[in-house]
Amino acid sequence: MAGNIELLTSVLAQARAEDRAALVGYLPAGFPTIDGGIRAMTEMLDGGCDIVEVGLPHSDPVLDGPVIQTADDIALRAGIRITDVLRTVREVHAATGAPVLCMTYWNPVDRYGVERFAADLAEAGGAGCILPDLPVEESEVWRKAAEQHGLATVFVVAPSSRDERLAKITAAGSGFVYAASLMGVTGTRASVGREAEDLVARTRATTDLPVCVGLGVSNAEQAREVAAFADGVIVGSAFVKCLLAADGDIDAGLAAVRTLAGQLGDGVRRRGATRD
Amino acid sequence: MSSESSRFFLPDPEGQVPSAEGYFGAFGGKFIPEALVAAVDEVAAEYEKAKADPAFAAELDDLMVNYTGRPSALTEVPRFAEHAGGARVFLKREDLNHTGSHKINNVLGQALLTKRMGKTRVIAETGAGQHGVATATACALFGLECTIYMGEVDTQRQALNVARMRMLGAEVIAVKSGSRTLKDAINEAFRDWVANVDRTHYLFGTVAGPHPFPALVRDFHRVIGVEARRQILERTGRLPDAALACVGGGSNAIGLFHAFLPDTGVRLIGCEPGGHGIETGEHAATLTEGTPGILHGSRSYVLQDEDGQITEPYSISAGLDYPGIGPEHAYLKDVGRAEYRAVTDDAAMQALRLLSRTEGIIPAIESAHALAGALEVGRELGPDGLLLVNLSGRGDKDMDTAARYFGLYGNDDQTGEGDK
Repeated sequence: MAGNIELLTSVLAQARAEDRAALVGYLPAGFPTIDGGIRAMTEMLDGGCDIVEVGLPHSDPVLDGPVIQTADDIALRAGIRITDVLRTVREVHAATGAPVLCMTYWNPVDRYGVERFAADLAEAGGAGCILPDLPVEESEVWRKAAEQHGLATVFVVAPSSRDERLAKITAAGSGFVYAASLMGVTGTRASVGREAEDLVARTRATTDLPVCVGLGVSNAEQAREVAAFADGVIVGSAFVKCLLAADGDIDAGLAAVRTLAGQLGDGVRRRGATRD
Repeated sequence: MSSESSRFFLPDPEGQVPSAEGYFGAFGGKFIPEALVAAVDEVAAEYEKAKADPAFAAELDDLMVNYTGRPSALTEVPRFAEHAGGARVFLKREDLNHTGSHKINNVLGQALLTKRMGKTRVIAETGAGQHGVATATACALFGLECTIYMGEVDTQRQALNVARMRMLGAEVIAVKSGSRTLKDAINEAFRDWVANVDRTHYLFGTVAGPHPFPALVRDFHRVIGVEARRQILERTGRLPDAALACVGGGSNAIGLFHAFLPDTGVRLIGCEPGGHGIETGEHAATLTEGTPGILHGSRSYVLQDEDGQITEPYSISAGLDYPGIGPEHAYLKDVGRAEYRAVTDDAAMQALRLLSRTEGIIPAIESAHALAGALEVGRELGPDGLLLVNLSGRGDKDMDTAARYFGLYGNDDQTGEGDK
């Protein structure tokens, strides 16, 4: 069975046709529980997200701030396995029909087997993978497997990426480009800096792929700001916080996730609205 | 070439290993987030420029002689050697360097690189605190802002070194994530670096991490083996049968081994932390028990489960309590040029006490793993054997751990001859 890269591409194209940004939500699988995570991601998509990224928790998440680290720890301590992550992808996609990507670090994929992981992710209905510690220079083996199985390879670009590197990265990537809004790890921020807008412009100069912005976006106002210059807005830690704040009350957590997805969804649809 | 006139800055003359992409055979590489690519490439480029600049070698040489106190001594330890099957044993005394370990060799080199890059802030990870102390020292010397990440467990068992770092003006941050040891300190340092890379150099402390760190850190430590090889030839007229060193990340071991790589008659033996014993699962013997994987920016052996999750290591020694290993060691193991064996906590502690009692030298618990390995290898070789051991650090920092282990606290006279 081929992966859903074409579904991902068409959902992003549809958002563009509607003159709005796409909303991409992230949660680690297995958080707060495996089934709770599946329900939370389904709520995200029902509430306003267009695309979801399923995190495969890793013992050493060097690019994640304390919020996602906490969620990863909860999932890992409960014994989550890669097969559980694949089940999450399968059930969320089956329940919603939405594009579902996997986001993780390179070692779990390397250890599981590159070809096997790509095949199993595609078979589960996955649309692609984001591997933020796999630089383009080391990515050829993965890209071949992903292409063969109909999966997108989404690369991350950063404000420090020089133009010639941006061209090299976007030429190798597919699906969309993940533009990190700032130099730092995941987490909510008070504001999204101007360097994100500059990075999106420099990235667009090298590719026709949609450019989605992540890191630091947590509320509707920030989503609206970013949607004014990007093809998509990626939100992770703010969703994790909804579930952490519910402190075990899963229904309250799910309601908060759905509400936030709705607010962010309104934000990405109000692009071009007058700025304050 | 600067390296021909320098006595102490001795980058690999072959220049063949690693490859341009940073690979030692199948190991190494550069598995880093895009946000760090520019900074890591800048370190590599600046290091190449420094290698070609005689002024860099001259400044480092001056520091090595007049600040560190190089060359370090080579000490024969005959009373200790009586317990090693009668083999002759020589210790390379990196413990006598300023700050008390080999770590200063690499730190001074990278501090000079930091200045050349125009960066004003340095961050580093530390396990036992020896790399942190050396880094804090160099930052005081050069007027650089300094932040040290240290696992919370390690801040407790190496409290003296925390105080030393703070005395030197460094900020010490206790890392509370994961196993709260060296691995997690490195994770936190990487997070800091991503956020502050414009003005910050990550002064990596071992021969792991992304290219160019494995080769760069090794080059600054090559002086250990170059000096020791010359010294032991002068003293004994021949090369040793074996050169031994402890391995956590592997920096003191690669520094000792490298000058002997062409001397195929010299066995190179790395002593890994066997903790409570390999069979208990509580150890940090990465090359003995690990499998190939990616941790902290390079491919090497790692301790991991079937899903590629890094497993929590254990060692009594904070400096060896790490589930990874430098990629060049992984390469040397696979090609058979070096061998690695596990040494338990108990064997290391016995060797620590033995050297203290027979020679008046208190070694670091890390280095005591190599001493315990030497006792084993000496007994295998017999009286004709000649062993070289890297005494990578002194044991002052470990007195609290040793006092608890041997029961040395309390009012009564304790000889430490208890049942441990």
